[in-house]
Amino acid sequence: MAQPDNFGFGEEAALLKESARKFFAERLPVEQLHALVAADPDPEKMSECHWKPELWQEMVDLGWSVLAVPESAGGIGMPVVGMAGLAEELGRAAFPCPLLGTLNVSYVLAACGGTGESALAEIAEGRSATLAITNGAGSWNAGDTDVASADGVLNGTAWFVQDARKVDRLLVSARSPAGLSLFWVAADAPGVTIQPDAIVDLTRDQAHVVFDQVEAEEVSSNGLAALNAAFPAIWTTLAADIVGAAEWQLQTTVEYVGARKQFERPLGFFQAVKHPLVDVMVQIDQTKSLVYNAACAIDTEPERALQYAHMAKASASETAAFASGRSVQCHGGIGFTWECFVHLYFKRQKHSQMLWGDAAWHRARLAEILIGEVA
Amino acid sequence: MSDNARKDTPEQAEFRQYCREWLAANRPAEPSVRLPQTALEIMTNEQLSYLQGWQKAAYDAGLVGCDYPVAVGGGGRTDCQRVANEEMVAARTPYFPNIIGLGMAAPTVFYHGQETLKERLLPRLFSGEDIWCQGFSEPGAGSDLASVQTFAEQRGDKWVINGHKVWTSLAHFAEWMILLLRTDKSHKYDGLSYFVVPVRAALGKGVTVRPLIKITGETGFNEVIFDDLEVDDSYRLDELGKGWQVAMTTLLHERGAGELQTPRAGGMKSKSTHANNTPNLIELARNCQRDGRSAAADPLLRDRIMQQVIREQGLNHNQRRSRVPALLDHPMRLALQNKLLASEIAQDTAALALEIEGAAASLYMGDANAPAGGQWPLCYMNSYGMTIAAGTSEVQRNILGERVLGLPKSK
Repeated sequence: MAQPDNFGFGEEAALLKESARKFFAERLPVEQLHALVAADPDPEKMSECHWKPELWQEMVDLGWSVLAVPESAGGIGMPVVGMAGLAEELGRAAFPCPLLGTLNVSYVLAACGGTGESALAEIAEGRSATLAITNGAGSWNAGDTDVASADGVLNGTAWFVQDARKVDRLLVSARSPAGLSLFWVAADAPGVTIQPDAIVDLTRDQAHVVFDQVEAEEVSSNGLAALNAAFPAIWTTLAADIVGAAEWQLQTTVEYVGARKQFERPLGFFQAVKHPLVDVMVQIDQTKSLVYNAACAIDTEPERALQYAHMAKASASETAAFASGRSVQCHGGIGFTWECFVHLYFKRQKHSQMLWGDAAWHRARLAEILIGEVA
Repeated sequence: MSDNARKDTPEQAEFRQYCREWLAANRPAEPSVRLPQTALEIMTNEQLSYLQGWQKAAYDAGLVGCDYPVAVGGGGRTDCQRVANEEMVAARTPYFPNIIGLGMAAPTVFYHGQETLKERLLPRLFSGEDIWCQGFSEPGAGSDLASVQTFAEQRGDKWVINGHKVWTSLAHFAEWMILLLRTDKSHKYDGLSYFVVPVRAALGKGVTVRPLIKITGETGFNEVIFDDLEVDDSYRLDELGKGWQVAMTTLLHERGAGELQTPRAGGMKSKSTHANNTPNLIELARNCQRDGRSAAADPLLRDRIMQQVIREQGLNHNQRRSRVPALLDHPMRLALQNKLLASEIAQDTAALALEIEGAAASLYMGDANAPAGGQWPLCYMNSYGMTIAAGTSEVQRNILGERVLGLPKSK
């Protein structure tokens, strides 16, 4: 199948992207974000969860959490390319909310077929959700999990659960006698304990979730297939978030080196400063093009979606690291302080860099596709 | 070629079909002579006449200059050169020899020349009958192009030119040159003017062309000396003192960032031409050994090959995204990265190829045991021509930093 030349990024997608950018900029400008999530620099308190549930409710009311839910389940069924635009704006604002988690779960549930529909209907009604599919070693691949199920009862721990304290529902992967199954669990169900992690990123919360004799609804008995079908969209939307955040890092740093003077010149006059910032731009643009290509492939060229999504997330992870490093370095001494806003994005990006596979991991998978096994 | 199947306009769709059919019937046969990697290394008349024959045939069929008006020898179409280019590359045709003419001289003459001049020069430029070269760089004017010293002195309605140009690709075959020179020594930028000059007709009569040997051992570029060459004022492009602005049109198109799409063919696979790209890199890795196994099994090399694949794909989709305004932050942002990225990706791909070859990277084209015919060392050396010519990578980063990011000028 062929891709449309414009990535399928039409008027609706452009409108959504534009209104999202405006919404985030108005509702939570970076000064307010800093006041919200970085009020207390005490390293002992990094397990706290700071966000504004009322802003998330506004997003739900705008219909954004329902966009990725298929029409058949009461949602909008917006193409992934449109969701990538929304995620890019989310990243540009480093906005704390469970949007990505809810999107991720929507993509997995949609891949479960009919059995995922009642859970999808709950998302269509405005419930938020996140994936609880990672084991203690940080692996979510190939059916790895530290949760076991027996007759619909879950025991074990899901690790590295993103935005766990912001969501209503968890989509849990658990090993069953038949293989890997997916379960739909209320975050406040009896036997579910959310244990906050103390994390570096101030714009997210993370937890490990302990399941002790939890009765749960199975939404798929072939969880591996559903997860694998959804991973390209999960990686691509996260990569879009990284692109937006990196663009904020670039523009903020460009502004700073244009204003800050040393040796009677703005710092940006010096090529030792100018050229690395150009390289950040180049890296962002490469990633952005790969993100929309991957999103468009999920929508229109599914046989290439996996390899293009690996390219997008590999490139995004490099971009997250590079843009973050340069943003702090080019800010000099002030960039090393808590009061300067660049650390918010630095930390979010370092978190995103590793989340759902870093660059080397994605390149290794890509090599398996493009080169294959070689004796 | 899934990425080329797009929402063609009705005109593009019809034209694409026409190109496919014409190319299926008229794609030229493999030449009997060895061709160099690009038109910039054409050394012999045999190479040139084969390639000129192909360009003329493609022009006569309407595949060259598609978007230029009919009055100047073009096809009078709208955004169809891109279609022809895609189909020619997909059909693996030879490349065009008149690349300076097509890529730089044509848009410059078109935007800045008088009507009579366009009508006279452009048809023979498109057909490849007249080869063009570019007189910009001088011994004392490289990255600082505006410091050119070649001087034209007015005598009646004639100009008398004296000076020294270097790195002039294809000058040994060229009928015409686009020439940036000085008409006023008291102003650096505003003292520049721009001419087209019939160099071949003046060989030995005010023009001397001397070949320079490249780092690869090949020829292809030259130095050109002007010694009291007299040219008519009608060969001037745009106004006196506007040479710098005209040169910007040339450079914008040279770097792939101009309005007019350059006619581009290529992709012919033969023992003598070799594309510097990642499919060839992967093929090389499969065929080379490392520690008793295929180099394609080495995890570190696999990772580095994938890095190049990702950059190459990123560049491809940059070009696609540059046509989607809703996904652009700045209108020139992607266009101005094109040359920088293409050249650096090519350089790093070739450098990686040499590492994959290992000890055999020492073997050059004349060696029977050289992997891939010894073409990768040639690619690697030639890549420095790309990162230096048309504004070095360092100059490109200044342009991007200043024009796109708005950082203070470094000069």
